[in-house]
Amino acid sequence: MSVQALTYLFVGITFAIYIAIALWARAKSTTDFYIAGGGVHPVVNGMATAADWMSAASFISMAGIIAFMGRDGAVYLLGWTGGYVLLALLLAPYLRKFGQFTVPDFIGERYYSKAARVVAVVCLIFISFTYIAGQMRGVGIVFSRFLEVEIATGVMIGMGIVFIYAALGGMKGITYTQAAQYCVLIFAYMVPAIFISILVSGSPIPQLGFGGTLADGSGRAVLETLDGVLLDLGFGAYTAGAKSTIDVFAITAALMIGTAGLPHVIVRFFTVPKVSDARRSAGWALVFIAILYTTAPAVAVFARLNFVESVNEKPYEDTPAWFRNWEDIGLVAWQDKNDDGRLQYRAGIPFAGAPDFTDKRGESGQRIIANAATDTDNEVYVDRDIIVLANPEIAALPGWVVALVAAGGLAAALSTAAGLLLVISAAVSHDLLKKTFSPTLSERQELLYARIAIAVALGLAGLFGIYPPAFVAQVVAFAFGLAAASLFPAILLGVFSKRMNKEGAIAGMVTGLIFTFSYIVYFKFISPGSNTAAHWLFGISPEGIGFIGALLNFTVAGLVARSTAPPPKAVQDLVDDIRLPSGVGVAHKR
Amino acid sequence: MAEEQQEQGTSVRRHDGDTVSESRLSGYWQANLKFLGALLVVWFAVSFGAGIIFADTLDQYTFLGFPLGFWFAQQGAIYVFVVLIFVYVIGMSRIDRAYGVEDDDEGSDTTGEQTS
Repeated sequence: MSVQALTYLFVGITFAIYIAIALWARAKSTTDFYIAGGGVHPVVNGMATAADWMSAASFISMAGIIAFMGRDGAVYLLGWTGGYVLLALLLAPYLRKFGQFTVPDFIGERYYSKAARVVAVVCLIFISFTYIAGQMRGVGIVFSRFLEVEIATGVMIGMGIVFIYAALGGMKGITYTQAAQYCVLIFAYMVPAIFISILVSGSPIPQLGFGGTLADGSGRAVLETLDGVLLDLGFGAYTAGAKSTIDVFAITAALMIGTAGLPHVIVRFFTVPKVSDARRSAGWALVFIAILYTTAPAVAVFARLNFVESVNEKPYEDTPAWFRNWEDIGLVAWQDKNDDGRLQYRAGIPFAGAPDFTDKRGESGQRIIANAATDTDNEVYVDRDIIVLANPEIAALPGWVVALVAAGGLAAALSTAAGLLLVISAAVSHDLLKKTFSPTLSERQELLYARIAIAVALGLAGLFGIYPPAFVAQVVAFAFGLAAASLFPAILLGVFSKRMNKEGAIAGMVTGLIFTFSYIVYFKFISPGSNTAAHWLFGISPEGIGFIGALLNFTVAGLVARSTAPPPKAVQDLVDDIRLPSGVGVAHKR
Repeated sequence: MAEEQQEQGTSVRRHDGDTVSESRLSGYWQANLKFLGALLVVWFAVSFGAGIIFADTLDQYTFLGFPLGFWFAQQGAIYVFVVLIFVYVIGMSRIDRAYGVEDDDEGSDTTGEQTS
């Protein structure tokens, strides 16, 4: 069977499974719809959380980013997993005990204020849409490369699938589908990783393999070899970082705090029966996440090594098929600066911006690009997103592994997109319509609006996928920065400080938001030219500024709360109640 | 996190109508905070400490073939994170039991299809 036929087969089978699960787990009530009836087993919920958490960014992009960042790639590994610890220890059990549907529910009740609820809804919708745009791009790439359909068609198929199980099954359908998607994605990630680890280092455990020696019998260490190869080509050593320590610190902290404030993951802990289950489920989720997150840096090292070896100094005619396939998609490009017909892969960017392909082919058969060349020796443009997807081909693994990775990438993108859509729909139908504007809404109407909201949100997300805004990469800093600077401090203070009142929380959220928003907008959009360490506040890049935003939020909230009246007695009792694990009922509306 | 504890007198109503005395609640909360604090110190030490701040110093040592700081940043911290959460699960259920505030054994009987 050809790779394409296998891909159709794998993707078809997995999609059929997802739909079957959705039909089996239809939502009958708003409790089912928003929080799966509150009755999901901790291990299943752990898997679903892991799939929800690990987006197309984790599956498709992360190892590629680490491959090109080397040591500094640790900001993502530490940030995303370390943030999970914060979530598990500081938020999950208490939010489960609180027992309502959404994050704005908590903020609105705890701070006895519609204004606070609306601020939370706005943050949540912005964060979630930013995130979804990235997922849809992932779906588009997989479809266009492996199924060879137009990106638009691919995105629409993906949207259709998500709509079926998200709108029909709500959280219940999504939870069980996500558990299945976790199994698909982790299998699809580990199989090629293990193969490649055996090929490169001889060790079947990638986590150990990339610290070992090469399998070619030379006895040289993998990391040292890679360092040497990269230094020869003018790059920095892989194991040495390029960013300043303070910037690495701030980015890691912003990603950690931001991750802990991501609403689609927080809401997962509303779905288990008890507080102790919420704790246990968080533990299982991190086990499932850690399997992929400790493998990714190994994949990154192997892929970078393989990439250099299979591309550098090769005549274009002799490049492997994958190089030309990805060139056709437009994610790699080659500009023969010295006209020797060979690919020189060196440090530095080959030309400014993304490749602008013309219809013409060059002497060797390469696609000609219109970009003006830079004066570096580098001739090869490569989009980091292809590394994981191309890895099985780069390592010449069998066709079924390639097909498996395509199905895994789709599972990762769709599971996260579904979780995000549900959060958006709950925010619109529950927090805005029901709790803010139209409290008389019946449950049936609310459910209908929730489904309509999913359809609208999905349509918008699909548009992002088909016409990806050029700024997707830039706005990712937004999602985490804003989650860090707004939601996380408000929730944390809501549990751990009984004295925190509505004035403090709102002032804190607004300060954190405005500061972080302005800083990122200034450096990313208004004055991108000055986006260098010399101009940054304390040498902290826009990616890391959410950390300072969060600190500001805490400070302002504390000061304002001290000079205003304490929260009413009922709210203080609510905090006492949240702090005790005992006496949990099923999550209910008040 | 400055926290004003109310000294005595009041009691906290639980969902099931049972009450927990204010002093027991505050004892439970202090034990919880102390435990959390200890876990977060470890959390900070392995990630920001070993993986970032002291990474260059630790890189002089080799562990499983990796420079030690690099290993903490890209592997070790994540393993410790997993262990931390399970230590938290076990430790908290001990504290819960010690103060008699554990959630009911039959908590999962509340998993009905209906809403309230």
